[in-house]
Amino acid sequence: MTARAANCPNCGAPIKFLWSSAVQTTCEFCHSILVRTDVDLQKVGEVADLPEDASPIQIGTEGAYQGKSFLVVGRILYEYEQGGWNEWHIVYNDGSSGWLADAQLEFDLSWWTQAPASLPASDQLTRGQRFQWNSKAYELTSLTRAHYKGVQGELPFQYWDKTDLLFADLRTTTGEFATIDYSEQPPLLFMGRAVEFNELHLKNLKDFEGWS
Amino acid sequence: MTVKARSISCPNCGGPVQLRGFAHTLTVTCPQCQSVLDASTPEVAILQKFQNKSRIQPKIPLGSRGKLGDTEYEVIGFQVRQVAGDAAYFWEEYLLFNPFQGFRYLTEYDGHWNFVRVLSSLPEETRGRGRIAMRMGGQTYLAFDSMTAQTIWVMGEFPWQVRVGDSAGCQDFIAPPYMLSSESTGGETTWSRGEYLPGAQIWSAFRLPGGPPVPRGVFANQLSPYGKVGSTWRTWLWLNVALAALVFFFLIASPGHVAFSDSYVFVPGVKSDAAFVTPSFQLTGRDSNVELGIKTNLDNNWAYFSFALINEQTGQAFDFAREVSYYHDSDGTEGSRNNSVIIPSVPSGQYYLRVEPETDDKSPSSFRYELEVRRNVANFTFFGIAALLLLVPPIIATVRRAGFETARWRESDYAPQSSGGDD
Repeated sequence: MTARAANCPNCGAPIKFLWSSAVQTTCEFCHSILVRTDVDLQKVGEVADLPEDASPIQIGTEGAYQGKSFLVVGRILYEYEQGGWNEWHIVYNDGSSGWLADAQLEFDLSWWTQAPASLPASDQLTRGQRFQWNSKAYELTSLTRAHYKGVQGELPFQYWDKTDLLFADLRTTTGEFATIDYSEQPPLLFMGRAVEFNELHLKNLKDFEGWS
Repeated sequence: MTVKARSISCPNCGGPVQLRGFAHTLTVTCPQCQSVLDASTPEVAILQKFQNKSRIQPKIPLGSRGKLGDTEYEVIGFQVRQVAGDAAYFWEEYLLFNPFQGFRYLTEYDGHWNFVRVLSSLPEETRGRGRIAMRMGGQTYLAFDSMTAQTIWVMGEFPWQVRVGDSAGCQDFIAPPYMLSSESTGGETTWSRGEYLPGAQIWSAFRLPGGPPVPRGVFANQLSPYGKVGSTWRTWLWLNVALAALVFFFLIASPGHVAFSDSYVFVPGVKSDAAFVTPSFQLTGRDSNVELGIKTNLDNNWAYFSFALINEQTGQAFDFAREVSYYHDSDGTEGSRNNSVIIPSVPSGQYYLRVEPETDDKSPSSFRYELEVRRNVANFTFFGIAALLLLVPPIIATVRRAGFETARWRESDYAPQSSGGDD
């Protein structure tokens, strides 16, 4: 199925795709989670109302990083005991996609990457552990056991029935960032870098009462 | 889409609690009863109730807004952290918030302020001045101190869970005006970088009444007011180059000119009175110095010359004397075969010299000598004095700077032993 417009199989509302390669999206009206198949859209579940969040980013936010412009088309929301964070799914104008993490306004850009070496099993992780990837030393700085809180908009894969998840965050001395996501077997590696808010040149952000 | 400001009711006293940090706020204190509340769920649980009523008032009131750099921040949280021990001390931390740019901190200790942000890169461990140091962004930060800090007072909002009694292991590394700090709790370490800010800058940014507290002592990453000693010495070096150029210029501009020169042979015992006068010679120009040079071929002997430079017209006489002695044996040499004397401020006119040489009566031997009168020679004594005076500012700067650095490091874990090991 390649059409960029369809109707929600649950409520009939029009569903527009911002990204042609989206595998999953949500219906804005009935909150159904919809998965694209070869023939049509299938409802696979329903998202609960997402809790109020204070990320300035929303679906439709545009930005540009190092001259490459992107559009925010979806997100995954996670929560853990020290707060929550958003993984905003962003699509570049060349059709590739990546992730913009907003954890209490600390931003990281990353992309799914073929692991340069085999990744450690989840029970073999300790903070301070070092990995040499692409001739950079990545140090494991935090291990977060998070709960999947919900999804919104378009995602590059099916992602809707998760519960407890383990993430290992790694950083270098020069701003590179990586996350090992243990939600799948084998684990997924996302690599990228920490970015400043101003480096993202974001437009179409949320407004905040009392701030103009 | 507009994110609305929120307020909750305190489950302890029922009073309203305004939230400035939107959904970022996980912990908030009730402004009425100071209970610490969990704002992350709609139920709002009480995390801590305060019994003591001795409040610590923040120097910058919560809700104040001010521009630091290009960004406006609102003060949304305040905590006081204490380092226990014989010499317990505490510092204040202000949490700043901007809904786009995120969170920053201002810390205050004894009137010294730092503007702090959390780092997303890790510093690299290295060594500097023979101890642990951290390298980041091309700068080396020297280990300064480490401590366990305990939160003794909280007010306002935080995007993490905070309670009175929380403690964290902290380490500071300095490269004035910057400081790298690590904070470790439960095995997780966060790095942040602070920049020393004058209190006056914060007072004007947040439009606070009155003036900032007067800073006491020297703070870890305070920039020395005496500048970099290297730069004063560099200035000194350049001034010396200028001085050398000046000397060179004077050598060219006033090489002196020879007014008279002649050579003589002294034969002891020929006459009882060896004194004689030279033919007259002209000294020209304005009042200026005259140098008389004596060159001899003395060999293990001494000679004593009494001179008078006499003005033919006025009879004015300048009397002076010089000894020349030169000895040598297998152990080395002593003295010199030559000598000279400078007579300052000699008016122009027609002059002659009266010369009276003497030598050792016990070992009489004849010797040759040459006299040369030079007018208007450059006097390098002044340049020598100037060179010495030029040393004064960099030496003072070095001493003051050393004093400042001593005061800085006295507060560190690397203080000289005399201060008494307190850990």
